[in-house]
Amino acid sequence: MSELNELYQETILEHNKNPRNFREIDDADKKAFGNNPLCGDALQVFVKMDGDTVGDVAFKGSGCAISKASASMMTQAVKGKTRDEADELFDEFHKMVTGEIDIESDDTQLGKLRVFAGVLEFPARVKCASLSWHTLNAALHEKEEISTE
Amino acid sequence: MKPKEMKSWDVEKVRKDFPVLQREVNGKPLVYLDNAASAHVPQVVIDRGSKYLAEEHSNVHRGVHYLSQHATNAFEAAREKVKRFINARESAECIFVRGCTEGVNLVASSYGRRFINEGDEILVTQMEHHSNIVPWQAIAEERGARVRMVPINTRGEIIIEEYEAMLNERTRMVAVSHVSNSLGTVNPVKEMTATAHKFGVPVCVDAAQSVPHFPVDVQDLDADFFVFSGHKMFAPTGSGVAYGKREWLDKMPPYQTGGGMIRTVSFEKTTYAPIPEKFEAGTPAIAAAIGLGAAIDYINGLDFKAAAEYEHSLLEYATERLADIPEVTIIGTAAEKASVLSFTIEGIHPHDIGTILDQQGIAIRAGHHCAQPVMNFFDVPATARASFAFYNTREEVDKLADAIQKVIEVFA
Repeated sequence: MSELNELYQETILEHNKNPRNFREIDDADKKAFGNNPLCGDALQVFVKMDGDTVGDVAFKGSGCAISKASASMMTQAVKGKTRDEADELFDEFHKMVTGEIDIESDDTQLGKLRVFAGVLEFPARVKCASLSWHTLNAALHEKEEISTE
Repeated sequence: MKPKEMKSWDVEKVRKDFPVLQREVNGKPLVYLDNAASAHVPQVVIDRGSKYLAEEHSNVHRGVHYLSQHATNAFEAAREKVKRFINARESAECIFVRGCTEGVNLVASSYGRRFINEGDEILVTQMEHHSNIVPWQAIAEERGARVRMVPINTRGEIIIEEYEAMLNERTRMVAVSHVSNSLGTVNPVKEMTATAHKFGVPVCVDAAQSVPHFPVDVQDLDADFFVFSGHKMFAPTGSGVAYGKREWLDKMPPYQTGGGMIRTVSFEKTTYAPIPEKFEAGTPAIAAAIGLGAAIDYINGLDFKAAAEYEHSLLEYATERLADIPEVTIIGTAAEKASVLSFTIEGIHPHDIGTILDQQGIAIRAGHHCAQPVMNFFDVPATARASFAFYNTREEVDKLADAIQKVIEVFA
């Protein structure tokens, strides 16, 4: 069960139970739908910009523990960041869950998001962890809908 | 459970026939409960496929040389085995296809282009797999017809009164699964077919989930079309059968065209071969079809009725074990069920269930099972699904129940 513990870490289980920023933003100026048709995970990301900065970000939807916790922690991580900074973080997150960077040695901005590194050992679950990030990226870049298949 | 039934089925002996059941996954003995997605292949079927490829392979129906004739004989012998297995009137009514999906597409497209017209109706039940919904939607759109959904009740059974009320003079087809892949419901196909026939309406039975689990007889069911995959009945992927009554198949246009399905070709006029070749354009999946024949031989060598009874007792035992866990909800509680046990756990997504079970060597399916209308009806995004074959054991059911307890602990 050691690998399992790496995947379902306390932080992830806790965010799954009590997701942060799990709400709609009525006056959001950017939003996008994300869904993974293979598993039925579906979420919507709302962004309220403050100039070039992410002033507020939230999400709604349903999905597995990994996708929900990832969305929750993502909203915490990108709030207050500029769009470019959010893009950079998305890039690093994506590289982490696909094994392109080593979180032990490489210098990254990922911080707490490193709990998702364990997903790498579960190829079928990589999309669960990255769905919210792809959806945020779509919102920030004015795409309405994305789908991870 | 009657002890007498258990005695007549030696599960440990049967397990030895399947090499994959001897392996470990994630450091644990494999507990394979994803048979509704694809079943495993016994050594005799593997050997038959290997022998064909090593010693007998050539193209069928075209060479005068020894190997081609030999391959043709083996391929046609497999068709004959299929005919006897489902009790078709003649082997020509058994068309080899790549799998159940291709079979339904063949029937929908070919029957539809000949018999479905503007304003016509196709009845499709709410519990169908997407492969018995979407081909009908596609042909309905092409022909200006409409697909009407036959509803199910909260146990996951077709509401027969509604079905009967929906049949009318505009109905051109009834599409129904023999056994639901997401709920396990065994549908009263024989009775439904008899009712449809009173209106002159043919019935297309998706038999993907029935043929591996109990003996079938297309003449007794009086099914007009009866379609199934080989890989769910212990044969290789790429094998499958679309059975159709000759009276329909003779009148239907080809599904695909090209070599192997013609009588004569000229640029003025091409004529088609008789069935089954009319529906088998191109080089078929010869090794897969021969493998299907070997799987039928394997099944025939078992006491298949005893296997079905044993497997049913296993499903009942698993249902009891899971029903004892308060957090578990079983989806699909029909009076007649086979093989499939779908469930949800309060507050835990099926994918998380699937991952945690997998770490304990237990393979189940998590998702919508290509049956989104069923998921919508039960108001769940997905379910976890354990599906049994005659090689599963009571100990494996116990492991499943224990592992589910672990899942609940992780998320407590």
